[in-house]
Amino acid sequence: MSRAAAWPYKTFSYLMLTLIGLTMIVPFAWMIATSFKPATEILRPNFFPVAPTIANYETVLFDTALPRWYWNSIVVAVMSTVSVAFFDSLAGYVFAKYQFPGKRIIFILFLSSLMVPTEMLIIPWYIMSVHPIVGSSWVDTYWGIAFPGLITAAGVFLMRQFMQGVPNELLDAARMDGVSEFGLFWRIAIPLALPAVGALCIFNFLGNWNAFIWPLIITSARDMMTLPVGIQFFSTEAGADWHLIMTGATLSVVPLLLIVIFFQRYIIDGIALTGIKG
Amino acid sequence: MFQLTLARKKILWAYLFLAIPLIFFLYIRIYPTLFAFEMSLYDWNPLAEEQEYIGTENYERLATELNNPRSVTRAAFSNTIVYVVLGVPIQLSIALLVALMLNEIGRLTMLYRLLFFLPFVTSTISIAWVFRALYQPQFGFLNVLLTLFSLPQQPFLKSPTQALPSILAMIIWQGLGFAVIIFLAGVKQIPRDYYEAATVDGANRWQSFRRITLPLLNPSIVYLIVLQSISFLRTFAPVLAMTTQGDGGPLNSTTTVVLRIYREAFQRFDMGFAAAQTVFLFAIILVVTIVQMRLTTRATD
Repeated sequence: MSRAAAWPYKTFSYLMLTLIGLTMIVPFAWMIATSFKPATEILRPNFFPVAPTIANYETVLFDTALPRWYWNSIVVAVMSTVSVAFFDSLAGYVFAKYQFPGKRIIFILFLSSLMVPTEMLIIPWYIMSVHPIVGSSWVDTYWGIAFPGLITAAGVFLMRQFMQGVPNELLDAARMDGVSEFGLFWRIAIPLALPAVGALCIFNFLGNWNAFIWPLIITSARDMMTLPVGIQFFSTEAGADWHLIMTGATLSVVPLLLIVIFFQRYIIDGIALTGIKG
Repeated sequence: MFQLTLARKKILWAYLFLAIPLIFFLYIRIYPTLFAFEMSLYDWNPLAEEQEYIGTENYERLATELNNPRSVTRAAFSNTIVYVVLGVPIQLSIALLVALMLNEIGRLTMLYRLLFFLPFVTSTISIAWVFRALYQPQFGFLNVLLTLFSLPQQPFLKSPTQALPSILAMIIWQGLGFAVIIFLAGVKQIPRDYYEAATVDGANRWQSFRRITLPLLNPSIVYLIVLQSISFLRTFAPVLAMTTQGDGGPLNSTTTVVLRIYREAFQRFDMGFAAAQTVFLFAIILVVTIVQMRLTTRATD
């Protein structure tokens, strides 16, 4: 296509993209602007606060359980990300590199779990959590919030794809040198699949950070809620206190936005590569 | 004792490595799936001493309620269909347009990609509350905008006809970036030569789009239709956050299947009926997935 013919399309594209792009950030900008408004200014139609204040932040940080919800979300997301990184890689490695009786049937078992929606499992999980076979009730515990996500079928398949790229010759040579079977996985396969492990960790972290329905069901104590559950309860209770709700929303969203701005290339390429949803 | 050959050793190690993931899947995924089927045949209430087996009564009740135009269950299912049937085409059309335009421009691609991507990674609940505020009368930014252009204020979430589209707009907005990225990856894989050859043959942009872009993007399109249909079928958090008391109002105009399941199971403790609804949802998702598998195999043939 000649340059002369292309420029109107380019200009139009820039224009449209800027327009749609604006609708993407205006809600965030408005949320942040509102979080600096004093309560008396809330019902005024101005976008920016006339007399900006940080009083809302003081209230939310010191008078609500929001810092505690932050901590809970970090604990749960880290727990599941570490577990997923290890077990999904290990299972993916076994499916990619070992031949054993029953491999097909076990693989199909993992595969089939992908089709079952979480909504179908939460009711049985709840019953299982109230009367667990190990220990006492899992309600309001970190383990209870985290257990459904400790190993994921999607992650196992992703890792299997990547582990297939690890050369067999390399593994066999190391085996001859007396490296243990676990050593082969830990010291050869994992380092070679590190980009995939990284992508898996990021998506798993994001997915868990935003997880809502299960944490909502398994927590009832205010101190054990994760950030999204806390925000929901906090907002329902805050009722008309829109300045506080917007402050809570800002505090819950901005750190994540910073992470994404910082790591955007890895995250976006990861999605394009794997098609995993966060 | 026989010597363990290398092959046997490897088999043992494979089983050992798979032991924990296998137990996990059997106990956390497979068993609860079967348990859900079982519960759907009971009048299951966790507060009761014993659970009463009632056969297919929950399913019969579901069928009756689905046939009753005034039941909440019927509203939940028909609303959910509206979310899927409106949401998926609108979201994917905008995403495809954005991806094509992103492919067109040379500079600032990273910045624009970032803009479209931001909503996707942020917490749905927080965003839903921000939109709930945006939709408020008087100070809500959308009504401020309308006033600015001398247009009448709208009730948005408070109107039985406007509430569902208002919630849907937020869901489309939030998930747009994901579809854009998948489409962009697909568009970038189409060889430039095809377009150049088409131009030489006198094809205009629209013809190139119809004859080259759309057919070659087919795998991405099918993939996204299925993925997004399933995710719209599971709409829950935005409705909980954006309706008064999370009730799916006004007048049940926004309630969804998953919101009903949540309420039946964890507020009314009618877990058997809720389980029957999850089985029905599972069946729908299964059909969508199987249709996708058929379509993708045909596309690659």
